[in-house]
Amino acid sequence: MRITQGTFSYLPDFTDEEITAQINYALSNDWPLSVEFTDDPHPRNTYWEMWGLPMFDLKDPAGVLLEVNACRKANPNAYVKLNAYDASLGRQTTALSFIVQRPADEPGFHVNRTEVRGRAIQYTTHSYATERPVGDRYGQG
Amino acid sequence: MSTGTAFGFTPGSVSGPQLEADPSGEPEVEYLPADTVVDLAALRAESGIDEVLAKLDEELVGLAPVKTRIAEIAALLLVDRTRAKFGITAPQPTLHMSFTGNPGTGKTTVAMRMADLLHRLGYLRRGHLVAVTRDDLVGEYVGHTAPKTKEVIKRAMGGVLFIDEAYYLYKVENERDYGGESIEILLQVMENNRDDLVVILAGYQDRMDTFFAANPGMQSRVAHHVTFPDYTVPELEQIGVLMTKDIGYTFSDEAHDVLKRYLERRVGQPWFANARSVRNAVERARLRQAKRLLETGDAKVDLKALTTIEAADLLASRVFDSAPDEVLTAEEYTVRG
Repeated sequence: MRITQGTFSYLPDFTDEEITAQINYALSNDWPLSVEFTDDPHPRNTYWEMWGLPMFDLKDPAGVLLEVNACRKANPNAYVKLNAYDASLGRQTTALSFIVQRPADEPGFHVNRTEVRGRAIQYTTHSYATERPVGDRYGQG
Repeated sequence: MSTGTAFGFTPGSVSGPQLEADPSGEPEVEYLPADTVVDLAALRAESGIDEVLAKLDEELVGLAPVKTRIAEIAALLLVDRTRAKFGITAPQPTLHMSFTGNPGTGKTTVAMRMADLLHRLGYLRRGHLVAVTRDDLVGEYVGHTAPKTKEVIKRAMGGVLFIDEAYYLYKVENERDYGGESIEILLQVMENNRDDLVVILAGYQDRMDTFFAANPGMQSRVAHHVTFPDYTVPELEQIGVLMTKDIGYTFSDEAHDVLKRYLERRVGQPWFANARSVRNAVERARLRQAKRLLETGDAKVDLKALTTIEAADLLASRVFDSAPDEVLTAEEYTVRG
């Protein structure tokens, strides 16, 4: 199951060229970018691992792409996303966030139905990938 | 809604990951046939190279070897672009440079210009300049240097990374110094990210020679070793005039003659730092001019008086204290202050 999240969740995955164009757009708005990665695809997993610090004062997308590629190389079987942060007063939030790498094989989710009092049903999504230990979830990294 | 698609989104024929760009959508690039004759002069006029070079010539005095090198680079970039039209692609030429020369010969000034120039010639994407020294590149403890250097390199991408006093990066006497690590990372980036940034190293001739001798890898990766010559007296004079013009002053005719005599004497004296010495002389003349204006009997001045540096302002300099053929030793020079 192809996981989608973030700004361009409805689009097919970006090529590096398209990613560069998005980085360019973020930089032209003075939004610093940061790279994050994870191998826990649960939608409620908001805390991904940071790949280095957010990159401030960059002028050119090449610097960001360098880090994206470094992160891809170090974690070939993980999700990698790019965040752009808008620090302007009144917004101060993530302005742009999209996935730039995903594992080749995404096993998807299983829905757990728990019957509780009054035969009501509680649902839990469970990722098949998390059945294996961290770092071993999508084949050898 | 008039159209049938929600959010104006039309799903493509392919779904799922598409990490490779779909080639069908891109227009086929058409190369010129091999027997086409291209008018280089027209291309040259179109690219605006001449204006850039003319401006450089006008604003920077002297520096013939530097200007020649810049003109060569500009020509190469133009020819490369023309070759690309025929479908011959060569990798981007290496433009890492080393600027060596005595103090005040304009190394930093030219580096600043270089970023803008290479941007206009279409070599650099952004054309900003990141000026750093050893402090910004080398860390304080083990493991600190690499992230620090990489950070600087990322900031410089798309522009010029200018490393002033580059010889400080390598300290011969201390083999545990972290400078070596920084140099290693720099070398790697200079080789792999050639299209992303241009590295310019600057420093005094003798020390840079030692630096390159100790880092042969650096020596060979820097394609352009440009030596900045010392300025001649007429050039210095021209620089002085340009400088005063920039800050809204002019020399009176006598002052102009005095400036020339001043420079002739100053050149032979210790700690002569070319254009920097001229700037300092101009600054001191400004101080004396201001004092002179306040001390004159009637305190009424017009615009001309406010903007003119008179001969007296320059003649008060200690350079004129000694006899014309007497050259002060460094020690005397300090004592006289």
